[in-house]
Amino acid sequence: MFNESTAVNLENRRLTSHAQLNELRDHILASRDPDRLEVVVCHGTGCFANGSPKVVEALKSALDEKGVDAKVMPGIKATGCHGFCSRGPLVIVKPHGYFYQKVAPKDAEEIVEQTLIEGKPVERLLYKDPKTGDPILTEEEIPFYNLQERVVLHNIGKIDPTDITDTIAAGGYQALAKAISTMTPEQVVAEIEKSKLRGRGGAGFPTGRKWRSALAAIEKKGRPVYVVVNGDEGDPGAFMDRTIMEGDPHAVLEGLILGAYALGAEHGYLYVRSEYPLAIRHLEIAMAQARELGLLGENILDSGFSFDARINRGAGAFVCGESTALFTSIEGKPGNPRPKYVRSVEEGLWGRPTVLNNVETWANVPLIIDKGADWYTGVGVSHSTGTKVFSLVGKVNNVGLVEVPMGIPLDKIIEEIGGGVPGGQPFKAVQTGGPSGGCIPYSLKDTPVDFDSLTEVGSMMGSGGMIVMDDRDCVVDVGRYFLRFLEEESCGKCIPCRLGLIRMRGILDDFSAGKGTQQDIEDLMSLSQAIQDGALCALGTSAPNPVLTTLRYFKDEYIAHIEAHKCPAGVCKDLITYTIDPDKCTGCRSCARQCPQGCIRGEKKKPHVIDTEQCIRCGICMETCKFDAVYVE
Amino acid sequence: MITFQIDNHTVQAKAGWTVLETARHYGFEIPTLCHHEAVTPSGACRLCMVELRDGDWSKLVASCIYPVAEGINVHTDTERIRNVRRWILEMLLSECPASKQIQDLAARYGLKQTRFAIENPDEECMLCGLCTRVCEEVVGLAAISTVDRGVHKKVGAPFLRPTEVCVACGCCVTICPTNAMQSRIDAVRRVPATAVTAPTSK
Repeated sequence: MFNESTAVNLENRRLTSHAQLNELRDHILASRDPDRLEVVVCHGTGCFANGSPKVVEALKSALDEKGVDAKVMPGIKATGCHGFCSRGPLVIVKPHGYFYQKVAPKDAEEIVEQTLIEGKPVERLLYKDPKTGDPILTEEEIPFYNLQERVVLHNIGKIDPTDITDTIAAGGYQALAKAISTMTPEQVVAEIEKSKLRGRGGAGFPTGRKWRSALAAIEKKGRPVYVVVNGDEGDPGAFMDRTIMEGDPHAVLEGLILGAYALGAEHGYLYVRSEYPLAIRHLEIAMAQARELGLLGENILDSGFSFDARINRGAGAFVCGESTALFTSIEGKPGNPRPKYVRSVEEGLWGRPTVLNNVETWANVPLIIDKGADWYTGVGVSHSTGTKVFSLVGKVNNVGLVEVPMGIPLDKIIEEIGGGVPGGQPFKAVQTGGPSGGCIPYSLKDTPVDFDSLTEVGSMMGSGGMIVMDDRDCVVDVGRYFLRFLEEESCGKCIPCRLGLIRMRGILDDFSAGKGTQQDIEDLMSLSQAIQDGALCALGTSAPNPVLTTLRYFKDEYIAHIEAHKCPAGVCKDLITYTIDPDKCTGCRSCARQCPQGCIRGEKKKPHVIDTEQCIRCGICMETCKFDAVYVE
Repeated sequence: MITFQIDNHTVQAKAGWTVLETARHYGFEIPTLCHHEAVTPSGACRLCMVELRDGDWSKLVASCIYPVAEGINVHTDTERIRNVRRWILEMLLSECPASKQIQDLAARYGLKQTRFAIENPDEECMLCGLCTRVCEEVVGLAAISTVDRGVHKKVGAPFLRPTEVCVACGCCVTICPTNAMQSRIDAVRRVPATAVTAPTSK
């Protein structure tokens, strides 16, 4: 995209040894001026959508216009996501490190004048501490960042993902070169086993054990064996894998090549959903550049080891993130799961031994090989090592990507990193694991966030979605939302999933219409059990989790829908009424003007009244009122 | 031979057999809808679920696709299995209410009515996929397949347009356990243009 920082010519630079890689790295580092002025504009999907390309344009023309001093050579970089997605487009000016948020093209001139020329921060663009209101100068000082442990995301936002020299300068491909020149494939597998890395895709299966079983299967069936990246991230509200692929594509690629080396695979696939065009593009660029340097393809680093990979674009089916459906999709067939009684490591893609790991899992591999399993097991807790990336969304002040060591209390993520719920009240529940996970109530806020603890409370780690809910979120409505999502995404092959999910949702629909019964709750439980026991793949067997956990922790709320015909959260439209408190209403007429039904009446400067017969319960009056006079019950 | 237990009886199976094959060989009753000897099993209807037990550990598997293994302990009629079958049949009663076969099977498991609303009283198809498998595997044509996914899934020719690939052999109609294919075949088969023009070209 913007390759102005590429001062190093890569043509005919095919590397043939670890020493040559180091030489190239030294050469890149030497050609860089550490005091060079750099303006980093986040180009993650969130910032991109908020207009970061226009900010880049504006910055470039402002620089031209000001004819910035010859010594000042700002290299504008397109970087991956910084993770502070609610405040994009983000701009960082180096070497000062000034961190600007919500930057618009019109701010470009001021940034160039004040910061690039005079070296001073633009106050109004700085992030302000939500508690003290004090401006914060640099990224590192923001609580959102400084409480995190950025291991997998260490390069994100710091390197240009479309420029391999940035990756190499940051230490990329060191693990691969090390493994190829000093480790046997067996030693690589042993190191991953020792690291106790567990699959980041959801189930947390030990990666080393998976690789070991694949070796056993190869022993029996011979090669070829395939290595595959699962980049079909589809949980609503989850974007960890997208960010890694967009912001540090070489990390995924290097992990995959290491896996291929360990298992003796010659071909690999990166299955990426089509809805991630930027990730696909960055991966394509990364692969082309890695091939150019002899880090991918024939005879990697002149070692005799050859491996190449290709990208398969998913066609938008959530179920294709399920391993066997992903394989059938790569094979060119409809993405229907197949029974897994023979494991994928034995009979996966094209019926061959296959190792499929999630994007984040692959991105952990080079770190483990580079820094060693002992370093890795020092992060996190003993049964869940390393870090986990979460996408923190919902009713939380700081929405974005969060990387934390495993075992951190849930509360710490929500309150300290996420800045808590807007308005300051405690959160009601946190949905982890997406539609397959469950709701964890506030009473369990101290639950350590690791694979086993989350499973214990009825939820799961999943791929890392974390949706925060407050007292305005109805658990029945949440259950309906996830079930509606899954019934649309079910492949429809097996009956418990195809018919069961829509029937479960039908029962919840009755609840939200005030037509539920006690019998319905019992039916919901036993139908859930039937789906968990009967469905063919994990999409179905895990689908009842959101409903089962909310029934476990918020049964009172279900009962309120049935017996009192009330929705305590004020969400289910058939069960709520909007009313204006005459003591608080000033008669300003704002709500009456906004009401789409025109059903709010009252004289100016006198209390208004809502005609509940005509009211469609859209809630606009409540959002409009500046005096908190509208309430719902 | 592989030796294992079904409902506390010792049974023997050839390597490569499924649990269902073995169970039927010995006369154990396991209901199925999507299973037929002529085509590869697909594990779609989930009526054939059996429970594997090992001490406190237990798991439900589809017997039509579960390969036999030495020493496994299979149960064909437990509380968990009955719960799965009951819900599948109750949902099928509302999904394909016109099927006498489904009603009979449900009745055998004590179900006469369903709590769920019936949307299409004429529907017979439960998407077991026998028709598409016989067309692909036995006839060798794959003129029909399932189209779309999830609750929108249905059986038909590609894009739900009549196709010349269909030779009207009727295998799909014969194998269909609920007669649903009888009313669908006309929507699949397109008479080739040559057949229509032949008489007039004389």
